[in-house]
Amino acid sequence: MTTGRIAGAGRLRMTGYAVLQVLLSVLALVLFIVDVVAVVLSVIVVGIPILLLSVPATRWLVDLHRRMYARVLAEPVPTPYQSTAGTSALERLRIAGADPMSWRDLGWLLSALPLALTTSLVVLILFVPVVTGIAWWYGVGPIMAARSRIDRWFLAFGTTERLEQRVETLTETRNQSLDHAAAELRRIERDLHDGAQARLAGLGMTLGMAAELVDRDPDAARRMLAEARQTSSAALGDLRDVVHGIHPPVLADRGLKAAIEALALDLAVPVEVTGQAAATLAAPVESAAYFTVAECLANVAKHAGASRAWVELGGTSDLLSVVVGDDGHGGADPSSGSGMRGVARRLAAFDGTMRVSSPTGGPTLVTLEVPCDSSSPRTTPSSGRG
Amino acid sequence: MRLVLAEDHALLREGLIRILEAHDHEIVAAVEHADALTEALADPSVEGAVLDVRLPPSHTDEGLRAAVGVRARRSGFPVMVLSQYVERIYARELLASGEGGIGYLLKDRVGDVGEFVDALDRVASGGTVLDPQVVSAVMARQAPVERLTVREREVLGLMAEGRSNAAIAGALFVTEKAVGKHTNNIFTKLDLPVAPDDNRRVLAVLAWLGV
Repeated sequence: MTTGRIAGAGRLRMTGYAVLQVLLSVLALVLFIVDVVAVVLSVIVVGIPILLLSVPATRWLVDLHRRMYARVLAEPVPTPYQSTAGTSALERLRIAGADPMSWRDLGWLLSALPLALTTSLVVLILFVPVVTGIAWWYGVGPIMAARSRIDRWFLAFGTTERLEQRVETLTETRNQSLDHAAAELRRIERDLHDGAQARLAGLGMTLGMAAELVDRDPDAARRMLAEARQTSSAALGDLRDVVHGIHPPVLADRGLKAAIEALALDLAVPVEVTGQAAATLAAPVESAAYFTVAECLANVAKHAGASRAWVELGGTSDLLSVVVGDDGHGGADPSSGSGMRGVARRLAAFDGTMRVSSPTGGPTLVTLEVPCDSSSPRTTPSSGRG
Repeated sequence: MRLVLAEDHALLREGLIRILEAHDHEIVAAVEHADALTEALADPSVEGAVLDVRLPPSHTDEGLRAAVGVRARRSGFPVMVLSQYVERIYARELLASGEGGIGYLLKDRVGDVGEFVDALDRVASGGTVLDPQVVSAVMARQAPVERLTVREREVLGLMAEGRSNAAIAGALFVTEKAVGKHTNNIFTKLDLPVAPDDNRRVLAVLAWLGV
């Protein structure tokens, strides 16, 4: 940081924080009482509507303090809450209840009053009378740093807890990926078994019969050969469909944007594809993003009643972001529909997230973001020749 | 015709050589790599090409790019592009120049040797041949197509595939005169400009379909 001896924020700014903290401690007290009462009352249901308001309010207040201590300590602002993207209000409340950080917030509200209030007050008292100016000059940095460390102890997870959380997330997404992969393999197996395999078996039989008939009844043999050719064509058609479901050829040939454009061409609703991914995409990430967009566009065509749709690619060198929007009637519920859940799970394997904003009356916007390791090169397909 | 053939699968390459040579085409070069293809297409005595889309080194769209490249150099150079799958986005690129002498078919279609050789001849004489799968995909998206009768839709599909009135008449077991009547009806109903020859007519239909 540029301020030299005192990292992060300057003295006046820190004093400003102290003033704000003193004032907000009143709100902290109120929120603590409301939260505790609402939690108790939620046993007889009446607390739930209160919690629907008080939990976001508490999080807002606590996040404000997180930003202040992060500024004082010159650290990045942590975002320790579990993701509640794309869930209903009650579901968000349930996740908040299970989130250990919610309870740490409460503990902090309680401690913020005596402990943190004292330190902030000291800064204030030192600042106000001129005689203590020297003490303020030298004291404000260490005192505010001490208070910020207390805040941090409550409001951010330590390394071990962060790792625990990460392991939990990874275990969950790994299981989901494995389930997803197993289901996909079963689907492919079934498609091959019912399609190409059956047709090829039939083809062998037809050819065998034609061979037997070729001397006795050349006309019938010729008919069978023609039939065999049609069957081989149908088998190839089945294989093409299977390949398309695994890894679409245009995606392999031209990458994400061209593949989405090819997808858009086949849709009844006109789709505009703009932007470009700034990140270098690994093949699995690209594929997951493609199938998510495909699912979104399929939903647009099926449900949205839209007259147009758009796909906007963007992001940074280590983040892919894609927005799929339509001007339909809105009211889409991301938690219904197995297709959407499937692609969300597929994205989660890459720490990708999906947010759906779909107010009644539209427009519907689906935003997906996938972090990309910019060091991993785009893998070119080594198999599957045309 | 003196042809260049590019296909990286040995089995399919041999099959294509056999079919083409049996129908009086001369294979000047049969290559399996994009670099060799570029070299072979540089020969000015070559009269046409049959290209696979995916070729080494990257196994993506080398053949397609070679087709667009050679036609940019030699206007109307006949090229038949073959692939395991057909994509509208690629059809659009091949047709973008607005010139005839281009074909885009699934490899399966080679199995019907007579049809395939006929399609190649049409491409060689400046015609446009488009795979039925692409045609049916674009027709499904065009609402005004519903104004046509079933028979007219069949005729429109075959026209978009690049067939002449005579060929359409043969495929549908009707007289050429009847096809002519259907064609006039289609052009009137869809408000299409009347085109002087077969190939312009195909291109007009494809443009209308938004390929």
